[in-house]
Amino acid sequence: MVADTATTDAASADGAVAAPRAPAGLQLRAWAARRAEAAIIPLGALALGLGLFSLFLASLGKSPAAFLDLVYRGGFGSSFALQNSLQRAAPLLFAALCVALPARLGLVVIGGEGAIVLGGLAAAAVATPLSGAPGSLGIALMALAALLAGALWLGAVGALRAWRGVNETIASLLMSYIAIALANHLIEGWLRDPGSLNKPSTRTLDEAFRIGPLPGLEVHWGLAVGLVACLLAWVLTERTTLGFAARIAGGNVRAAQIQGLPVGRLITGFTALGGALAALAGFFEVAAVHGNANGSLVAGYGYTGILIAFLARQNPLAIPPVAFLLGGIEASSGLIQRRLHVPDATILVLEGLLFLLVLMGETLYGRFKVFSPHLWGDKQAAAGLKPSGAPAP
Amino acid sequence: MSGLDLPGDLGLWSVLLAVIGGAIRVSTPFLFVSLGETITERSGRINLGLEGTLVFGAMSAYATAVLTGSAWAGVAVAGLAGGLFGLLHGWICRLPRVNDVALGIALMLFGSGLAFLFGKAFIQPSAPQLPAIPFGSWSDLAQVRAALQINVLFLIGAALSVFLWWALRNTRIGLVVRIVGDSTDAARAMGYDVDRVRLLATGAGGVLAGIGGAYLSLYYPGSWNEGISSGQGLMAVALVVFARWNPLACFGAALLFGGAGALGPALQSVGVSQGYYLFYAAPYVLTLGVLIATSSPNHALAGAPGELGHAK
Amino acid sequence: MAHHSISRRTLLAGTAVLGGSALSGRGALAAGPMTVGVIYVGPKDDYGYNQAHAKGAAALKGLPGIEVVEEENVRETTDVQKTMESMINMDGASLILPTSFGYFDPHVLIEAKKNPKVQFRHCGGLWTEANPKNAGSYFGYIAQGQYLNGIVAAHATKSKRLGFVAAKPIPQVLNNINGFLMGARSVDPAITCQVIFTGEWSLAVKEAEATNALIDGGADVITCHVDSPKVTVETAARRGAFVCGYHADQSALAKDKYLTGAEWDWAPIYKGFVTGMQAGKAPPNFLRGGLADGFVKMSAYGPAVSEAARKNADAVKAEMMKGGFAIIRGPLKDNKGNEIAAAGKGLPENAPELESTGYLVEGVRGSA
Repeated sequence: MVADTATTDAASADGAVAAPRAPAGLQLRAWAARRAEAAIIPLGALALGLGLFSLFLASLGKSPAAFLDLVYRGGFGSSFALQNSLQRAAPLLFAALCVALPARLGLVVIGGEGAIVLGGLAAAAVATPLSGAPGSLGIALMALAALLAGALWLGAVGALRAWRGVNETIASLLMSYIAIALANHLIEGWLRDPGSLNKPSTRTLDEAFRIGPLPGLEVHWGLAVGLVACLLAWVLTERTTLGFAARIAGGNVRAAQIQGLPVGRLITGFTALGGALAALAGFFEVAAVHGNANGSLVAGYGYTGILIAFLARQNPLAIPPVAFLLGGIEASSGLIQRRLHVPDATILVLEGLLFLLVLMGETLYGRFKVFSPHLWGDKQAAAGLKPSGAPAP
Repeated sequence: MSGLDLPGDLGLWSVLLAVIGGAIRVSTPFLFVSLGETITERSGRINLGLEGTLVFGAMSAYATAVLTGSAWAGVAVAGLAGGLFGLLHGWICRLPRVNDVALGIALMLFGSGLAFLFGKAFIQPSAPQLPAIPFGSWSDLAQVRAALQINVLFLIGAALSVFLWWALRNTRIGLVVRIVGDSTDAARAMGYDVDRVRLLATGAGGVLAGIGGAYLSLYYPGSWNEGISSGQGLMAVALVVFARWNPLACFGAALLFGGAGALGPALQSVGVSQGYYLFYAAPYVLTLGVLIATSSPNHALAGAPGELGHAK
Repeated sequence: MAHHSISRRTLLAGTAVLGGSALSGRGALAAGPMTVGVIYVGPKDDYGYNQAHAKGAAALKGLPGIEVVEEENVRETTDVQKTMESMINMDGASLILPTSFGYFDPHVLIEAKKNPKVQFRHCGGLWTEANPKNAGSYFGYIAQGQYLNGIVAAHATKSKRLGFVAAKPIPQVLNNINGFLMGARSVDPAITCQVIFTGEWSLAVKEAEATNALIDGGADVITCHVDSPKVTVETAARRGAFVCGYHADQSALAKDKYLTGAEWDWAPIYKGFVTGMQAGKAPPNFLRGGLADGFVKMSAYGPAVSEAARKNADAVKAEMMKGGFAIIRGPLKDNKGNEIAAAGKGLPENAPELESTGYLVEGVRGSA
């Protein structure tokens, strides 16, 4: 699948095209108008989704008011709820970046799950021989091992794509299943801690290698690192020549080649970077959550990450809010199950419905005059760019 | 156990037989979903949501069979429900700027969620099953007879793949689908309603995926629970790329995938009991191997519809 | 095993208030109403492991002063920690029952330390004295049920080959496989058992393929240890093999092919926990029991079970009810030829060695 989906979107959305600018004040207002549009349309879609789902619940004989109250209280309404949501969002940041970075080149990589699992396994594997080493050294080497494992695994997918023409979507999915099989094989074989009886695991890390929560919070460091990674990914894709080159290659490979861009290396590099970041999620699962690698590393974060990346329109800066929202829904899902006595699947329906509507909302961009940059004074931008999300000509 | 400790009289032949039997038993859902997705993608759209359609098909087929006592009614309802999901995808994708890949993922959640929710009541009851034709009744060997118990849906799927292969090349409808999939502009210039063709192609894809689900719940494994599919729909969509959008190759891919999946259990049953996780990965490794071997840097996407993935 | 003093219970009373939730009033009464949180790793109605626990939880719902809150499909990650905290903070739960193996370490241990006033009882985990005192583990000697399954299977098999679909080679699964074959061999020492590991707790197609492979290999009685035996039971019955059930009663799925089955019965255990806590007594930290203690029960015999088989199984069952029945008894070797137990030695059901079984007995085809 050669989806160059988001590349064009994002290029226009962030106004990265070098063009003569309007005076600063007008430009800011036009920028704000576009941003407001990018926030209000999805929020409207979310509200509509919650409304429709309330009706659905009412038809099942459950109270919509209680439902909305529980979504708020379970996902957002207290310090505990907020931290719960943030905690769930943390691994999703990495998983989404694993999709969003290669998407700059028009690639659809859906094998992040495998990189997460291998990252966790690699971290746990190097921790055993390092036992007794200073904590910071151990943690650094574990992270390095994870980054390497993820980079190699998905970098291979990129390389196959670049030099052998192998479709990266199917290759990454296949590689993901293979990675999970490999991880299970090792966790229950060579790397198994003989003391792990009914839950086969690798050896438990030294206490010094464990990563604690963020200061004052109960959320582990993966959240902070994930946010920084999103920021850096944005800088890379939007503010560096490398990112610019990737975007050109994503738009038109031939053109990029004619301009002498190293398309093959770009493809391999971006998929490898995505794999490395996904592997960090696995590293944090091991170092901050489980204390060893075990079958629970296969938690489906990789697949949720795909959804988040697409909802964020492959924009690294949009990933954190989307991941937080999803984390919030998942955080409230337990409370909804327990209080409304509905099955877990109800939340799946809610998520599906919300995302369906948010995606449908994309069609509304540019339809409302009130958000038009033109109206707010940025005539150049209005002339040079379609409203955000405009189709490629 | 050390070495090969062969049970029965067949020895290693039983592995081959198991692979053949497994190919026939396990391939059908992959076949139907990938044929459906081939129609959809040939028209220039990707529906990644067929996993959800497959699961909903499985649930609705099972529920219908429980309620009506007729397995075939279940197949019909599953096809209908799948068609509705397909039309929903096709209809939403008509809207400007809606991304088909992302929408597919949302529909995957939505379809699975609805299936699990409405399926709760049908986990406990047993449903009547689809009939199989005993092609192996000539044999004295129970293993051969079992391997050659062939379900009618498998035969329909096989026939369908030949028919679709032929129809895409030789019928007007097939031509229209391909033109629409290869170039929106050309299709519009020729006066075709591109959106409508894609809507119907996605609907048709949904029908087939729904029927694939019916096979899961009404024949093999022949049961309804929430783990019934475990990603087969997603894999089948990926197999379409592997099969280069060719219905005949879809049949081959589904057989390869199903047969390789039978390797793990069969090897354990003849005493190869170490490293079963790796044997279970055989379908993925084989598919990847074939994919790498048959790809080429020069015509990376031979057979790919020109409009596929062209984002809005 | 250590029981906790009443004073712990009075401490328990305060916890619910912290949550500030709608239920907070309940916790304020010392020995009166209480909330129990039950957590499942899969769907509550899976015809197997989770359903057996859900049935136990359902039995609590009718009790006076007991509120049960349940959450299904909770992953063995920080998700389960948050679920436990949410049950404590928002629902005022004072007893948490996380029912999946993988919940124990580190998740239950972390939450038990964090919430010293709440009781955690985990199914399957190996609680030790070093772990928090407000945590604990319970499990049943269900291998006894598999032993009885094996006796009945031995009377039914013609091929002398049994089949076992297993998820992962962990001690509790290995004990079941060993129990099944030892039961069968107590009837006919020539019987063997083929095991196929699927590698996952719940994977429908693989379980069906494994069942077919077993039957193709000549097995004519099948049992399993996966989370949801539904697929295995139905596939085997359709192929004409006999079936012994596991986790819950699957007789409706296999009709006359169903011989008997080893079932959990968590209802009395869970009732014991809550009535104890209502009376101010913390549940035991380490609780094990088998047929005699009501943790495990057998499905009713199916129509295909002969009179001789019934008598045989009933007699052994009566023996087990006395306690101390040794399924593993010497002289016995594992299937690699190593000695497990010398002549005259035996491991009764409560032998600690059985918690770390790493072998399959002689006659089982497959590797641990």
